[in-house]
Amino acid sequence: MVAEAEPVALRATGTVARRQALSRASRYVLLAASLVGVAVLAFLIYDTIDLGASRLSWDFLTNYPSRFAERAGLRSSILGSVWVMGATVLFAFPVAIGTAVWIEEFAPRNWLLTLVKLNLANLAGVPSIIYGILGLAIFVRYFDLGPSIIAGALTLSLMIIPMTVIAAQEAIRQVPSSIRDGSLALGATRWQTTWNHVLPAALPGIMTGVILAVSRAAGETAALIMIGAFTFIAYDNTSLFDDFTTVPIQIYQWTIRPQEEFRQNAAAAIIVLMVAVFTMNLVAAIIRERFRRE
Amino acid sequence: MLEGATAAEVHSLLRKRPLGRLGERAILASLVGCAAISFVTMGLIIYVLVSESATFFQEVSFAEFFLDTEWQPLFKPTSFGIWELVAGTANVVLWSLVLALPIGLAAAVYLSEYAHPRTRRLLKPILEALAGVPTVVYAYFALNVITLDILRPLLGTEHLSVPFNSLSASILLAVMILPTVASISEDAMASVPRDLREGAYALGATRLEVAGRVVVPAALSGIVASVLLAIARVVGETMIVAIAAGSTPNLTLSPLESIQTMTGFMLQVGLGDAARGTIDYQSLFAVGLMLFVITLLFNMAAQVFVGRFREVYE
Repeated sequence: MVAEAEPVALRATGTVARRQALSRASRYVLLAASLVGVAVLAFLIYDTIDLGASRLSWDFLTNYPSRFAERAGLRSSILGSVWVMGATVLFAFPVAIGTAVWIEEFAPRNWLLTLVKLNLANLAGVPSIIYGILGLAIFVRYFDLGPSIIAGALTLSLMIIPMTVIAAQEAIRQVPSSIRDGSLALGATRWQTTWNHVLPAALPGIMTGVILAVSRAAGETAALIMIGAFTFIAYDNTSLFDDFTTVPIQIYQWTIRPQEEFRQNAAAAIIVLMVAVFTMNLVAAIIRERFRRE
Repeated sequence: MLEGATAAEVHSLLRKRPLGRLGERAILASLVGCAAISFVTMGLIIYVLVSESATFFQEVSFAEFFLDTEWQPLFKPTSFGIWELVAGTANVVLWSLVLALPIGLAAAVYLSEYAHPRTRRLLKPILEALAGVPTVVYAYFALNVITLDILRPLLGTEHLSVPFNSLSASILLAVMILPTVASISEDAMASVPRDLREGAYALGATRLEVAGRVVVPAALSGIVASVLLAIARVVGETMIVAIAAGSTPNLTLSPLESIQTMTGFMLQVGLGDAARGTIDYQSLFAVGLMLFVITLLFNMAAQVFVGRFREVYE
């Protein structure tokens, strides 16, 4: 009878086994590390809702601020935020897209373009509080606009233009050059090509960038405090030259109060702000995903 | 004429056609005008910072600014030694990096080398959402949750007599920069060519060894860039440090003391509505100039490293 061969188990032993075990274990350690961010975010959301949700009501959204926590509301700060955001988009959007179009479609490929790009990258890294003191010195003091909505919006526009330009450039670059060549070959001018073919194709990407920039401006606090928007506003804004306050500034005012009731107000206002910011981010993500496939 | 020309040549020829109509010239001029705004912005930032700082330095000597170790601008006798504020900034940079660097890099390695593509598509946006949270929200958590609900009960009120410390700010700053470190490092790791990994696997390396000894070293310039960008963000962040770290200029790297950063001081002056022409108002710009130079250096260094890793693999 022929002895049956023992089945050979291909198992590493010694050092190799140790190295493999280490590698297998590392998966879980590294997974845990990448979940830290998610866990923190979940905890922050849970904690805010736990404290602030009971404070949310129609009155909270429509009352003016007050030194009595239970009567204070977000009316003037929500209106202020909407005014400033609207004006910021109006100022920043055309300039940012114009810059991106010039860089990608018209600029001569030379040292000047390199300098423009370098300058934009550096501006995108300038801290928001520096934009705040720029706005203070130029718009509030030199042009004498005071701590007004228009001064705030111009300040925030300068702050978000660089990041919007970079996002818009990215979107324009994604448009295949065959589309441009086809249009140019049929006799369209460069501007007709850009306006009729490149910009429509790049629009989803540009919108994504704009929405993300606006959501950053919506949460901005320091730059607006620097231009003097840390004020008590108990009326509805009706003009670009009104003084104003915004939701993040209201959160700041409530956070630095030691009383527990104001902490609860801050938590409730955070829920409002986070819902707005996450909605914008979600819309941006949906636009990006939907148009990526095509 | 075009026969035998490559697509790229045709493309560049088409691009070079002169702008025909007058309207097109006007449009081009307005586009150039848009692009010029970014130069004007940078010019104005530098002009404002330098000109206001110049008047500041007429009253305060360079020697006092750079050699004195006390920052006491609001009460007499005043003293303007920038180092206490720089130390405050260095303090939060140090502790936020101690926390964010290992976690961010581990997350980057996991997402790039271990995660199923579906897991990565799910996890990366959530991680990046952390960068979209307004910093005043993080500031609220640093003060209320980390300091009052966690650190104080843990360490005792005697260690944290005032509710301000650099640790609480650093923890939330670390959360804020986690996406910067993880996402940019992950991009760098993902662009390491497959051949390098496969070569290492063929030699019998495990996944951890491939990640640690091949991918991370190959992606090093991208990782360094992510860390430099993260540092620039921490240096420039205002609300978290202003609310949670205190307003006590303090020459210390201890995480449990109340400190003040450069940005924290600037916000304090901004809240006080300093009148133009006063030394407070001018000190704002002197500190701003220092802050601007430091963040600019870190950002430019980051760009150098990003450029380097692009050069190698793209």
